[in-house]
Amino acid sequence: MSTQTTTPEARVETSRPRRRLDAAWVARNGVYLALVVLVLLNVVITPYFVSASNLRLQLIQAAPVIIVALGMSLVIGTKGIDLGVGSVMALSAAIMPLYIGYGTLPAILIGVAAGLVTGFVSGTLVAKLGLQPIVATLAIFVGGRGLANVIGGQIKNLSDPGLVRLGSGSTLGVPNTVLVAALVFAVVWFVVRRTTFGRGVEAIGGNPRAAELAGLRRARILLIVYMVAGVLAALAGVLAAARSQASDPRTLGLLMELNAIAAVVIGGTPLTGGKVRVVGTVAGALLMQLLVSTLVAQDVPDSVAQMIQAGVIVVAVWVQLGRKRP
Amino acid sequence: MTTTSPPPSATAERPTTPALQADGVTKRFAGVTALSDVSFSVQPGSIHALVGENGAGKSTLIKVLTGVHRPDEGRLLHQGVETSFGRAADAQDAGISTVYQEVNLVPLLSVARNVFLGREPRTRLGLVDVRRMEREAAEITRDLGVDVDVTGDLGRLGLGIQQMIALARAVSVDARVVIMDEPTSSLERREVDTLFTVARRLRDQGVGIVFVSHRLDELWQLCDAVTILRDGRVVHTGEMAPLTRRELISHMLGRDIDDVAAHGATGFGDAAAGVGSAPGADADADAAAGAGPESAGGASPAPEGALVGSGVGTTTATPALSADPVLSVSGLDARAALHDVSFDVRQGEVLGLAGLLGSGRSETVKAAYGALATTGGEVRVGGRPVRRNSIRASLAAGVALLSEDRKAEGIIPELSVRDNIVLAVMDRVSTFGVISDRKVDELVDTFVRRLGIKVSSPRQLVSQLSGGNQQKVLIARWLCTEPRVFLLDEPTRGIDVGAKREVQGLIDELASRGLGVVLISSESDELVEGSDRVVVLRDGRVSARLEGDDVTSSRLLAALVGDAAPEGGTS
Repeated sequence: MSTQTTTPEARVETSRPRRRLDAAWVARNGVYLALVVLVLLNVVITPYFVSASNLRLQLIQAAPVIIVALGMSLVIGTKGIDLGVGSVMALSAAIMPLYIGYGTLPAILIGVAAGLVTGFVSGTLVAKLGLQPIVATLAIFVGGRGLANVIGGQIKNLSDPGLVRLGSGSTLGVPNTVLVAALVFAVVWFVVRRTTFGRGVEAIGGNPRAAELAGLRRARILLIVYMVAGVLAALAGVLAAARSQASDPRTLGLLMELNAIAAVVIGGTPLTGGKVRVVGTVAGALLMQLLVSTLVAQDVPDSVAQMIQAGVIVVAVWVQLGRKRP
Repeated sequence: MTTTSPPPSATAERPTTPALQADGVTKRFAGVTALSDVSFSVQPGSIHALVGENGAGKSTLIKVLTGVHRPDEGRLLHQGVETSFGRAADAQDAGISTVYQEVNLVPLLSVARNVFLGREPRTRLGLVDVRRMEREAAEITRDLGVDVDVTGDLGRLGLGIQQMIALARAVSVDARVVIMDEPTSSLERREVDTLFTVARRLRDQGVGIVFVSHRLDELWQLCDAVTILRDGRVVHTGEMAPLTRRELISHMLGRDIDDVAAHGATGFGDAAAGVGSAPGADADADAAAGAGPESAGGASPAPEGALVGSGVGTTTATPALSADPVLSVSGLDARAALHDVSFDVRQGEVLGLAGLLGSGRSETVKAAYGALATTGGEVRVGGRPVRRNSIRASLAAGVALLSEDRKAEGIIPELSVRDNIVLAVMDRVSTFGVISDRKVDELVDTFVRRLGIKVSSPRQLVSQLSGGNQQKVLIARWLCTEPRVFLLDEPTRGIDVGAKREVQGLIDELASRGLGVVLISSESDELVEGSDRVVVLRDGRVSARLEGDDVTSSRLLAALVGDAAPEGGTS
């Protein structure tokens, strides 16, 4: 018998990378290109764009999205999705004020712990019970905000000095919320690039069966990923509440799941899993933030701005597909 | 069209218009010829078996017949008229239904809804006429002899009944041709019988049926005609009944019938006197079962030192060969897949695992590795029992499995070559979860050099490598774990000739260094040349064991053909 069983793709693959290098390069680095172009555009057309206060503002506004999107990038890396992050933000922001009497830090920790719990719930549903991620986290999406409404009731004012400092203060000229986002970025980057856990996330996203056969603990990795995403969402909720010095469970974190997913996708992380682009995710979040503020500065109506955002998302995904198409 | 239903055996002879016919069909994929000048026709009122080993072109032919693929050359004739199906749906509209192994119906809808999916009868208001639908569905299923509540959800029924509903659906669309692609592979015996009854009833109504199955014995029960494919060509076509099991398998494997028969007859006539009656025919070929010394002692865990002498393969002078098995598998059971499978592998030995497609070869090594749920049996490594159904426990005990499916169960395409290599030993190349680049590089460099993996850089994506190099990456992955037992499932499949030689040489080298190796290969030559002993599986049971001088191509073929009563892993 001859080697008739040779699979066709075995031969094709050897020659592919070189031919498609350009498309691949664009797909990988398109988000940075777009960001640079948008910044340059703003330098020219937006008055006071290069001022320190404006740059600070952009970063402060982007910080919660960056933090949530970094958690989301891990989930998407496992070929999952987390629709619950916006509700978790509301939940943590609703819980935190109840414990502010114990001091700033305990209150923050309890708020963040809310994300740990919701992440444990959705992670268990996905990893142990085999629910589809979109279903499991939809439960958190609906239930989380419901719970936040029950706990929080109506808008609460948060005037705790510690929280105010966290939300509006600066350290060495850098806003504290931006510092927190930078710290989260550094940790997530290190975990994804340098640790066995990060490698495990990409492995189970890329080929779950192969990963299991190599002895990776798929269920455990999945559970941790959802808990991390929950914790980061809760942290973003705390920061958002601290900055606005208020907690409104009905509006806080609304649509955040979609913004985070958009940032991750625009940043070049494929929704099909197997790869996490940490720097790209941050760039994606910044790009969306800058896009919105540019459009606002140019007095573009909200409705038009939303359509332009939609266009950017579609183009980002399309460029990625171009890389994959044979 | 006219639906004559003459006695089925006669139809193949009669010059009726074939229900569906492929005429000189050739199909290529990226330079690989999957089908070469294949002609195949199904008569109305006949059940036609389509058989062949993996890669023979069966599934490609089915895809051509059902309009999924378009032939590069040749014609497709439907009821005698040349047709070209633009899409799969066109074939369906033309009356060609396909029933797959996996039922592709909607489990959450009622049986009746499934039968009429997409063609629900409507009331005058355009709503689904549920009552009429349920009434007609009940009639159809009753006609087929299936007793089922058509208002209940499909998902609650057994797989066998679901297959039957899929057939009922085929009937209700007035299919003239039904293609059954391995419908029985996950069914229990009883369900198979019912399915066959239904299929025969369809045949008697004049439907032409194409039947694909790896359970060869079923073919004679059900089929009127047979076409055998090998390497994309038709090697035999004709009536089912006169064909012997041995002829069928010889055609499938591409061996000369006389050759198989001669060796099978002379070699074993006396040696295997103890082996019992042959259920089919051809008692002369049944010999192979347990001709070796081990057959006397069954699969007792320690097959004594006497065997050491006979274990001289073509490969090694085996200085490391020891009496104690490094891997000992006993009484392995896995639901519907394995029954009481037992074998031992000693240090420095290559044990071949042979069997036709669907015989349970891959299942056996997967079960031994803990990757397939077992319901009974024991696996010992170096004398110590390994926790059942745990991949991690197997890995820790020193077992490695190179899976047959490189793409689905092997490489992680988005990761680099180096990440793929160290995947199974990440704990060893890291401290508190932080990966040490230095340790990874050491390991990766060693194996890239030793196995001659051709990469532009270890950081290259593994998906950019050729099949042979991907396979080497996977072998490196498992060698990193420093295994004591290496289970190799089709290690040379789908890689080019040069890489194949290298992999085969490597297997010898590993064994000579004292590993216990289990080798699965569909190529009998490779298996015979590479193995010290061979265990033959059939229908999930051990059917024969070849040792020493009996490890030859012809004896292996005889054992594969073997109408022998299963020897079974005696316990």
